Amino acid sequence: MAVTFRAGYNQEVSLRVDQDHARFKHIIRGKIRQNLRRYISKGELLGRQGKDTVSIPIPQIDIPRFRFADKQQGGVGQGDGEPGDGLGQPGEGQGQGPAGQGEGEHVLEVDVDLQELAQILGEELELPNIEDKGKSRIEQVKDRYVGLRKVGPNSLRHFRRTFRQALKRQITMGTYDRARPVIVPVRDDMRFRSWRTEVEPVANAVILYMMDVSGSMGDEQKEIVRIESFWLDTWLQSQYQGLETRFVIHDAVAREVDRDTFFRTRESGGTMISSAYKLAADIIEQDYPVSEWNIYLFHFSDGDNWSVDDTLLCVQLLRDKLMPAANVFCYGQVESPYGSGQFIKDLHEHFAGEDKLLTSEIRDRDAIMDSIKDFLGKGK
Amino acid sequence: MSQFALKTALPGYLLDEKKRIEAHARDYGLDFFPVLFEMLPYDHMNEIAAYGGFPSRYPHWRFGMSYEQLSKSSEYGLSTIYEMVINNNPAVAYLLEGNSLIDQKIVMAHVYGHVDFFKNNFAFRATDQGKDAETGAPIRKWIDAMANHGSVVRRWSNRVGIEKIETFIDDCLSLENLIDPHRPLTRVATSHERASEHKDYDAPAEELPRLKVDRDYMEHYINPEEFLEAQRKKVEAEAQKAKRTPEEPDRDVMGFLLEHAPLEPWERDVLAVVRREAYYFAPQAQTKIMNEGWATYWHSTILTERAADGSEIVDYADRCAGVLATSPTQLNPYKLGVELFRHIEDRWNKGQFGKEWDDCDDLTLRQGWDRRLGLGRQKIFEVRALYTDVTFIDEFLTPDFVIDQKLLSFGYNPKNDRWEVESRTFEAVKQKLLFQLTNAGNPVVSVLDSNHENRGELLLTHDHQGVDLRQDYAQAVLGALQRVWKRPVELQTSVEGKPVALRYDGKEHSAKA
Repeated sequence: MAVTFRAGYNQEVSLRVDQDHARFKHIIRGKIRQNLRRYISKGELLGRQGKDTVSIPIPQIDIPRFRFADKQQGGVGQGDGEPGDGLGQPGEGQGQGPAGQGEGEHVLEVDVDLQELAQILGEELELPNIEDKGKSRIEQVKDRYVGLRKVGPNSLRHFRRTFRQALKRQITMGTYDRARPVIVPVRDDMRFRSWRTEVEPVANAVILYMMDVSGSMGDEQKEIVRIESFWLDTWLQSQYQGLETRFVIHDAVAREVDRDTFFRTRESGGTMISSAYKLAADIIEQDYPVSEWNIYLFHFSDGDNWSVDDTLLCVQLLRDKLMPAANVFCYGQVESPYGSGQFIKDLHEHFAGEDKLLTSEIRDRDAIMDSIKDFLGKGK
Repeated sequence: MSQFALKTALPGYLLDEKKRIEAHARDYGLDFFPVLFEMLPYDHMNEIAAYGGFPSRYPHWRFGMSYEQLSKSSEYGLSTIYEMVINNNPAVAYLLEGNSLIDQKIVMAHVYGHVDFFKNNFAFRATDQGKDAETGAPIRKWIDAMANHGSVVRRWSNRVGIEKIETFIDDCLSLENLIDPHRPLTRVATSHERASEHKDYDAPAEELPRLKVDRDYMEHYINPEEFLEAQRKKVEAEAQKAKRTPEEPDRDVMGFLLEHAPLEPWERDVLAVVRREAYYFAPQAQTKIMNEGWATYWHSTILTERAADGSEIVDYADRCAGVLATSPTQLNPYKLGVELFRHIEDRWNKGQFGKEWDDCDDLTLRQGWDRRLGLGRQKIFEVRALYTDVTFIDEFLTPDFVIDQKLLSFGYNPKNDRWEVESRTFEAVKQKLLFQLTNAGNPVVSVLDSNHENRGELLLTHDHQGVDLRQDYAQAVLGALQRVWKRPVELQTSVEGKPVALRYDGKEHSAKA
């Protein structure tokens, strides 16, 4: 009986190219860093997100050489068509450019870990890592299969080890016959997988996004919020293992929605910010015990509130309920042609010197990057 | 790696096939180096392909980039590498693990075609590293040479740092196509030989400047021997200075830089490595159509006449159809090459050549022309040895062939913002094709002067044949040149019909008419 084993080379043999591949990735990283502001303000990376990776289009990097200008050169091909017939837009078809010109022309798509992207963001914006709040952590229990034992349920029987044991036994007993290699395990040969229960501490965090969807918040304003929240998510995800996100929209009344609805809903009507804060306070009270969760509150609005009374109510809610519970409360004011922009001033007035309150005014897409730094630059 | 070293030896059944196919190939008259086949799983195949077929090269990020591209496209099922073969003696070829038997057979037959071409085509003599003293066979130990290049570069990068080396390699690679592919085949006279050739011994010695002497007997005192000697030296130095370096425009820009640029030892080594490798790959770029055509001709002959059995022929045809697919916007070298070889074979079989054939313009006579000479095989063997793509097309492309193969020339029409068919005439197609193949599709650029304007600046010239250089790239290459030369560089070229000199002085780019 001839049995050959081949090493599982895919795992065990490291490729020679790994080093060059790493150099390439390093260069790519530099490119992403260089272009980060553009990626952020254009929102290019949204919708390119997989489970753990983002696919980033990198403008071609290749080695410049003296070569001919493509459009003057043309070329020779084979096929039908009369002079003057079109051959499609360059780059169309099966992705084939004219001969000798196809190479290096296409945009390279590189998959980057979200973790890595967060790191790049962190480096570029010089974001400090978030300090440990010292909150007691949620512990997670996990079973891991680590070894073998002699007893166990049949479903966990380790087939190969059992037979190996039986073979060992038969050889020592002299009952193994090479000519007729029959191996029969007995009770004592049985081996079963065994597990160990491990307790893992999990740092848990929740982001609660609130957004004003009243008539004065237009599509552009919402897009800004959408882009900014992508990057906030990415960064906070790199800081906490289990990150939950909740979404609240409000005009005069507030309701909780899913991510999709959050970015799409457009309501008309007035704005009562207190409604959102009330709902947020309820959500925290119900689902996120303050002692166990790192709570991040983000509120985006154009700064228009219904009345002075409501603003006072907001201040009260913030002071009594939200601020004590949250790691930070971040207020982003997106500039809109209709909003008064009063609310941020009110907040400053009432919470002068409060370091849990972070505010940022976002004029346009180009300001997103600075706004991210406003919110995350304190390391909270 | 030792413990987990890959088992790349062929399994027995493929070894048997290899022996059979090798015997067929030899039987047909192919003459090749010994071929070592290795079998690789796809990720190693991608790795080796990223290194251009060599298991060991110098470290550089672009290999990582092409690995990324190759592995992406193979993981998404967009492309598979079927074969790879290295011009080495013995030749090394790779088979992809998991390919079907018929695929492996096609690849093996194809490889024997390539190796025959490597061994016999004259352009590949440029890759000889010498002759074996006993057998007289050419020595081509390029796998070793590339690995040695790798250690040279690695050793330097340990001393001066990978970043520095890699940036310099980037610059060298920008100059990679600035070589003279014909140089290895021509015997270059040494500078001493050149000097003695040009020296005209009979020319009267130039009159040395003397001080004016009124009385003959004073001559010896006013113009003493030492003074005259000093004068003579001065004149010679002047003459030397007036001489340009290089004397003739030099297309081997990399070689020129290697000899004359003020390079650090490590820079010199790295530049020399990149240049040697550029010369190694040059013949493959010069013979792409012929080489692939020849290999395709032989895999199809060997497979259909001998090696494929009835059950495999449909799969074989399917595979071939894929390889030979044509596109109006891209030339398929496999298709063009194999068809042209077959066209030549057919013409020489039927005697459709020579003065009589050329002079005949009776269509019916030409169509039925068959002298039953049977010289086809012999002719294509001769062609594969003595031509490169440019001469191959120039001599054997015929109007009939252009029509049969539906060849067309295309160009960009800015009015419609699209690529359009330009022409189907023989002349237009041939002209475009030759342009595309000349200098392997690279612009011809040479060094004119290394002391331009007497300021030690490097002057290059682009032999403009109607197509401008891509400007952004040209500027970037000038940047690389400047970093190697370390003085300002200037390139004479034309843009939109006007002569222009592109210049880079290390700080900014400028262009003057």
